Amino acid sequence: MLRSRIIPILLLRDKSLVKTVKFNKFSYIGDPCNTVRIFNELEVDEISILDIDATLHNRDPKYDLIGDIASEAFMPLSYGGGINSLDKAKKIFDLGVEKVILNSAAINNPELISKIVGIYGSQAVVVSIDVKLSYLRNKYSIFSHSGKRRTKLDLLSWVQRCESLGAGEILLNSIDRDGTWEGYDLDLFNIIQKQINIPLIGCGGAKDIDNVAKLIKETRCSGAGVGSMVVFQKKDKGVLINFPNPKIIDKKLHLK
Amino acid sequence: MIAIIDYEMGNCRSIVNMLYRLGINSIITRDHEKIKSADKIILPGVGSFDAAMANLKKHNLINILNQEVMEKKCPILGICLGMQILTEKSQEGKLRGLGWISGEAKKFKANQDIKVPHMGWNYVEVNKNSKLSNGLSHDSKFYFVHSYYVNVKNNEESSMKTNYSLEFDSAIEKDNIFGVQFHPEKSHKYGMQLLKNFSDV
Repeated sequence: MLRSRIIPILLLRDKSLVKTVKFNKFSYIGDPCNTVRIFNELEVDEISILDIDATLHNRDPKYDLIGDIASEAFMPLSYGGGINSLDKAKKIFDLGVEKVILNSAAINNPELISKIVGIYGSQAVVVSIDVKLSYLRNKYSIFSHSGKRRTKLDLLSWVQRCESLGAGEILLNSIDRDGTWEGYDLDLFNIIQKQINIPLIGCGGAKDIDNVAKLIKETRCSGAGVGSMVVFQKKDKGVLINFPNPKIIDKKLHLK
Repeated sequence: MIAIIDYEMGNCRSIVNMLYRLGINSIITRDHEKIKSADKIILPGVGSFDAAMANLKKHNLINILNQEVMEKKCPILGICLGMQILTEKSQEGKLRGLGWISGEAKKFKANQDIKVPHMGWNYVEVNKNSKLSNGLSHDSKFYFVHSYYVNVKNNEESSMKTNYSLEFDSAIEKDNIFGVQFHPEKSHKYGMQLLKNFSDV
C-alpha cells in the first residue's frame, strides 16, 4: 500500500536554514545543501524548502541556491517562497524541482494556481496555508507573508477554492504550534481533511514519531510535515539532523 | 552515453543529476545524430498521453526511435508517462502509443480512501527476475506520481507489480525495451540501483 509521507519542512533565510518558534525566534540550523545531503542518506520521503523572506522582502527566489539544493535531492523536492508568476514557477521547475508551493501569491492572485496547473499539472502545485487560532472567536484565521499579515479569508472556503482551482495538495501549517513540540493540532486537520479530496499535509508542533502516527491515523492526512523534530536532538537541545528509521516508521505508521 | 529524449514533456534535470552521481554520462537531446550514437535511451515524460505522442511527432522523433529501438535493439527505458507511451493506447487520449508492448493505460478510480493521483512511496513486487531488478531488496520502495496505470496484455512482459486499490504493472520489459511507472531519479538508493542496472544492461 501507499505509504504516508513524512516531510521535513526546511526554512530558508538568507543562505542558511533556520527553525522558528511560532514563526519567530530564528535558530540557525545549517547549510541547506549539506542538510539535504544528510536527509538523502537518511532516506526521507520528500523535502520542502520554504524561503520565508522572499515575499516579505519582495524579491525573487534564489535560483542558484535552489539549483544547488535540487542537484543534491534524490527524493521529491518542493519549493516555496517568492513565486508570484508563471514565469518564476517555470524557472523553479527547470532547476529540477517537482512541485512549487504557493502561499501569499495564491491569496493575492488565486488564478495563478490554475495557470501553473494548466501547464505543469495538479501534482506540481501545492498551496500552503498558515493559520492561527483566535481563541476569542474560536476560529482559524489565515495569515500571509510568513505569518505577518492577517487576511479575511475563511479557511474552509479557501481550501475548497484552492482545490477547485486545481491545486494538487494542501500544506496546512498551524502557527500556534510551530516549533513548540506540543503535538499536532488534530482538530484543525480533522476538520479540513473531510472537506477536500486532494492530499492534505498537516504541519506544526510535531514532537515524535508517535505523534506523527497519531496525525496520520486520526486525521487521515496524507502526509506529516516535520520541522524541529528532525533538526534538533530534543526540545531546547542542539542541532542534529535526524529522521526516524524506516523500520520504526513502518511499525508505527504502516502496520503490515 | 545515455541519450535522454528532450520532447518538451517535463524536465529531465533530476535524471541527469542522478546519472551524474552514478558516474554515468548522459545528454538531454532531440538531435538525431546524438540519439543514434548513444548506447542507451531514456524516454522521460510528465504530462498527458496525447501531448507526449504529439510532441514526439512534432519533433520528428517517432521514426528514429523505431529504428534505434526496434531495428538496432538499442536499450530504452521509459519513465512514468514515458513508460505508458511504450504501450498501444490510453484512456487518457485518442492517439496511438508507440505500441512496442501490448497493453494500455487506464485511469484509477478515486474515492475517499484512494486519492488520485497515486502520489508517494509504494512498494514493488518483482514479477519476473530481470536485469532491472538486480540487487533490489524485497522491501524496495519507489516514488510514484500518476493518475493512469498500465496493464500489459502478456503477463511475462510485466517485471514488477504494485498495489494501489488494484494491482498494476509498475515495471514492464520486453527484450531491449524497459519501462517504469515510478520515478527512479527521485527514489534515492533504490532508484540509483535501478538506473545503474539499466546502464549495465
